[in-house]
Amino acid sequence: MSQAELDKLIRSNYEAGFTTTVDTETLPPGLSEDVIRFLSDKKGEPDWMLQWRLDSYRKWQEMPSPTWAHLHHPPIDFNEVSYYSKPKSLDDAPKSLDEVDPELLATYEKLGIPLHEQEMLAGVAVDVVFDSSSVFTTFKEKLAEAGVIFCSISEAIKNHPELVKKYLGSVVPQGDNFYAALNSAVFSDGSFVYIPKGVRCPMELSTYFRINEANTGQFERTLIIADEGSYVSYLEGCTAPQRDENQLHAAVVELVALPGAEIKYSTVQNWYPGDEEGKGGIYNFVTKRGVAHDNSKISWTQVETGSAITWKYPSVILRGDNSIGEFYSVALTRHMQQADTGTKMIHLGKNTKSTIISKGISAARSQNSYRGLVRISPRAENARNFTQCDSLLLGDQCGAHTFPYIESKNPTATIEHEATTSKVSDDQMFLCRQRGIDPEKAVSMIVNGFCKEVFKELPMEFAVEAGKLLEVSLEGAVG
Amino acid sequence: MLEIRDLHATVADKPILKGLNLTVNPGEVHAIMGPNGSGKSTLANVLAGRDNYEITGGEALFEGKSLADMEPEERAQAGLFLAFQYPVEIPGVSNMEFLKAALESVRGAQGKEEWDSVTLLRQARAACKQVNLDASFLKRGVNEGFSGGEKKRNEIMQMLLMEPKLALLDETDSGLDIDALQVVAKGVNSLRSPERGIVLVTHYQRLLDYIVPDFVHVLSNGQIIKSGGKELALELEQKGYGWLTGEEESA
Ligand SMILES: Nc1ncnc2c1ncn2[C@@H]1O[C@H](COP(=O)(O)OP(=O)(O)O)[C@@H](O)[C@H]1O
Ligand SMILES: [Mg+2]
Repeated sequence: MSQAELDKLIRSNYEAGFTTTVDTETLPPGLSEDVIRFLSDKKGEPDWMLQWRLDSYRKWQEMPSPTWAHLHHPPIDFNEVSYYSKPKSLDDAPKSLDEVDPELLATYEKLGIPLHEQEMLAGVAVDVVFDSSSVFTTFKEKLAEAGVIFCSISEAIKNHPELVKKYLGSVVPQGDNFYAALNSAVFSDGSFVYIPKGVRCPMELSTYFRINEANTGQFERTLIIADEGSYVSYLEGCTAPQRDENQLHAAVVELVALPGAEIKYSTVQNWYPGDEEGKGGIYNFVTKRGVAHDNSKISWTQVETGSAITWKYPSVILRGDNSIGEFYSVALTRHMQQADTGTKMIHLGKNTKSTIISKGISAARSQNSYRGLVRISPRAENARNFTQCDSLLLGDQCGAHTFPYIESKNPTATIEHEATTSKVSDDQMFLCRQRGIDPEKAVSMIVNGFCKEVFKELPMEFAVEAGKLLEVSLEGAVG
Repeated sequence: MLEIRDLHATVADKPILKGLNLTVNPGEVHAIMGPNGSGKSTLANVLAGRDNYEITGGEALFEGKSLADMEPEERAQAGLFLAFQYPVEIPGVSNMEFLKAALESVRGAQGKEEWDSVTLLRQARAACKQVNLDASFLKRGVNEGFSGGEKKRNEIMQMLLMEPKLALLDETDSGLDIDALQVVAKGVNSLRSPERGIVLVTHYQRLLDYIVPDFVHVLSNGQIIKSGGKELALELEQKGYGWLTGEEESA
């Protein structure tokens, strides 16, 4: 198959590219202490929260923006970004779906998230974030029965200050990195989860994010605490409408797995990647990190197809003995996309174990980098890591890069690393076509096959969605 | 059903087929033999429409339509099947998934009724059984980690399900032990029917002990230099190709 044909396959219009006109209240662009005071006041936050934000802001001002990632982008003018926006219809908070802005609902319908159905389809509680505020939470009562707290972080600040004070910033400190500091200063909203001791969360918790305001930075903050011996599976899905300005996104996700707990965090991310010239996509700078205490387990699974620029390293600090960290990732880049993703596994405890499976798919003129750090501290006796990085190239103008960093300070550690790079071969394409399968379907089948090891880690519905997402992302104007 | 007239073809711009003529009627089994490098696989690939295999002269008609005008998948949909000499692996794509996509497309195009997943599974299991493949192969990636013989049997298994009008088998016998050879031959023979044409490309005559052809052709230097009945294969077995091509060659 020729390069031109491959290119044709890869080019496809972004399906979720539409804009909803909801009347919103948006703060003019620019950032200062006054803006933070306004924002905090608007949200009715207690003083300790405001002080925490201001402290973060001061730290942020001192920090240079990171330049080490394998990415190229024009400098971001942080005074061009607007730091607060929420749908107006939220002021008279909806008590049921009927009270939700119909246009908002229509947006979710277009995205294939029929809330009406989801409400009935027991099993998944949805905390929908539209721009910066939580609009709706379902299944709250059922979760409450189990003692699970699943609410917006704003609500948690008001209703569970002791938990928020104790854990917010405990995994990702305010001054951890440039974007985390910015997030800590201006975070808008996000999810808060607390699973009590010994409780297995009765349903998968799921949040859909969607960026909808032109030029509005998005600064979600997510905090998940799994108390001793508990279990939770959390799903995050994102998609954004097509537009021309680059949109900044700098989220922070903190996971705390207390002794014997397990947290499974899955992401399917489908932001607008920008057009073929790289114009209009989302800049995604995310800090995701978990701390695993004794005998606990944290597992990150992600499927990334969106963003003009992705900079993201979900990490696990294996603090406790016998703790386990896992990272399963599929990252697809096309057009002019740049992805610099990977993970950090920091082994501090004895007998800690980490597994990293990364699948990178690059098409067109995109660049896909895996950057992984495995650090074994001196007291991490018998730590084990297995890393496998596979890259699949579609065409010959794209790039795949692997940067594995290994720092082992304990001689008892076992570290294995495997890496492969392959192409969708002409022979594979010809076999498919000879069996009557059209090239578009063939590419998507081969790519999905390449990702199988990661998809099987996703919850069932999400795995199906992820497969479809890849298919849509690879769809072209063939025929 | 297959009409090849004065066919000239290049592989990566290098002329390989140089005026080849062949007619296959429904119900016939043709064997194409010839020394290594004579162009047998090239012929099969040209007919199936592989990239870089270009028709530069003459024509190849399948049921009256010029193959040159059809995409590879259209040829498959029209009922042309190629069992590959070197079946390629597609990691992570299960045989079942692959068959489902293939059969949906081909059966759909031919106006045959669609198989639901239960029917598909039943048919696929039966086809596996016919070629002595364990049904667990349906769950494995296409050819992924299969032995040479398993790959060949997998090709025949697919062919049985696809029910092609014209089956091209490229060296399906090579690398098979005698038991596997018999299994494959039985599979192919079960497809023999008055509506179906079969072209066996082979280097050795031993396959023809089990699948008895109606015609045998010798391909050399891009042309068919001799045609005959099944006895020609035996003659080739004894004398090699040298007496025909004028070169020294041992089979
Ligand atoms: N991809 C290719 N590129 C260049 N030459 C090729 C290619 N494939 C086959 N050939 C050449 O074409 C000729 C015929 O090959 P082939 O059809 O495979 O012969 P056979 O199947 O009869 O052994 C050989 O000289 C071979 O080297
Ligand atoms: Mg050959």
